[in-house]
Amino acid sequence: MKNFTYLLPRTLDEAISMHASHGEGAKYVAGGTDVLVKINEGKLSPDYLISLRHIIGQDRPFLNQETGELYIGAFVTHRAIEKSPLVQANYPILHDAIKNIGSVQIRNVATIGGNLVNAVPSADGAIPLITLDASVNIYGAKGQRSMELLRFFLGPGQCDLERGEILTEIVIPPQLPHTGSAYVKHGRREAMELPMLGVGVLLSLEEDLRTCAKARICLGVAAPTPIRAMGAEQRLVGKIIDENTLAEAGTIAGEESRVRDSIRGVAWYRREMVAVLVKRMGFKALERAERRAR
Amino acid sequence: MAREISFEFNGNPMKMRVEDHWTLLHLIREELGYTGTKEGCGSGECGACTVLVDNRAVNSCLYLAVEIDGKDVLTIEGLASSDGTLHPIQQSFVDNGGIQCGFCSPGMILSAKALLDESPNATEEEIRDAIAGNLCRCTGYVQIIDSIKSVSGHESKEPRVVAWKTEETNGGD
Repeated sequence: MKNFTYLLPRTLDEAISMHASHGEGAKYVAGGTDVLVKINEGKLSPDYLISLRHIIGQDRPFLNQETGELYIGAFVTHRAIEKSPLVQANYPILHDAIKNIGSVQIRNVATIGGNLVNAVPSADGAIPLITLDASVNIYGAKGQRSMELLRFFLGPGQCDLERGEILTEIVIPPQLPHTGSAYVKHGRREAMELPMLGVGVLLSLEEDLRTCAKARICLGVAAPTPIRAMGAEQRLVGKIIDENTLAEAGTIAGEESRVRDSIRGVAWYRREMVAVLVKRMGFKALERAERRAR
Repeated sequence: MAREISFEFNGNPMKMRVEDHWTLLHLIREELGYTGTKEGCGSGECGACTVLVDNRAVNSCLYLAVEIDGKDVLTIEGLASSDGTLHPIQQSFVDNGGIQCGFCSPGMILSAKALLDESPNATEEEIRDAIAGNLCRCTGYVQIIDSIKSVSGHESKEPRVVAWKTEETNGGD
């Protein structure tokens, strides 16, 4: 592998000042499962790799009991999220997605923040988080800022990070009562594969457990960045969730998607599958909301 | 840049100077000379280079050697006892035809060990998930899964058909 110097800051401020002092030749790295592959392939050739692995307090997701917000440090590994009892019990949509990213070996080192800043259209980690209305905290020389995760993605491989800035944290707001959510990665095989399509659906129900109070439908690989199918969401709000309304929402979501032909699948098939999978995940979200209410 | 790190390698405490850009795979094979850990794809797809770092399976081709400072590394050479007795998972791979060409075996066995250390009663689904990142190009997955299942406490007691013999004939060997 190309020669580089590996730097191990303990704090964010230390990492940012290292990045500033080494200029163009510096690159942040967390788990390294993408960065090291790119260095091997010659697509990246940093002189300095600044490791974010040793920044303190980044070992697992934690719930702020007062606000009900779930905080996930950006350098928490996929495996730590997958194994978190908190995530398994309360954010099953996140578990649906994370458990099929890469392999155990990859999930043991790859971080959720790394998944997000890569900003690939397929980012499996991003879809459930957007479905849950997550926001991200970003830290840099000018201080901290936060933004909706949906707005963080600008294009394939591009996210809203300025030079030297670090994505530090993901914040999931408290969910409404009677909420269920589900994600499916659609592809030829489950493991070790990027999705042909990713579909996340969240439904919050009224007291009757049938009427939709809030809906989120988020699609991956359906456009250059993750998108929300807002027309489809609108169609569900105030309606009784059943076969017909979910099928309608699915069709609208298919029309809202900007799918294209690629090596993993052709556009018409993807559009049809958006409709099918929105309905399927809608039923799963409904079932999960009902189960929680019991 | 080079720096000195301390780690445990197959149970032995070690101190070594390593270059920043060395992968753990390079350290194990080229510097320490333990060639049981294989290099397949070099990009985290095949799992042939799987080793355990603090009991977790990682692809050593995508893990920097400097990152094992203060940690325990286990390679396939560290599994058998010093008198040569195989680890139960290794023995099971031998008994169940879990080895064909052998290239994926070290990684498969270490992925299985990480799983069974954490969940001794792993189900078939958990076994499949644990080895999803280990490719076997001989495609002998059925026997590999059988090999791991028979060490797991979850094993069913149905007679197994192994590639070249049925269980009834086992007693005679």
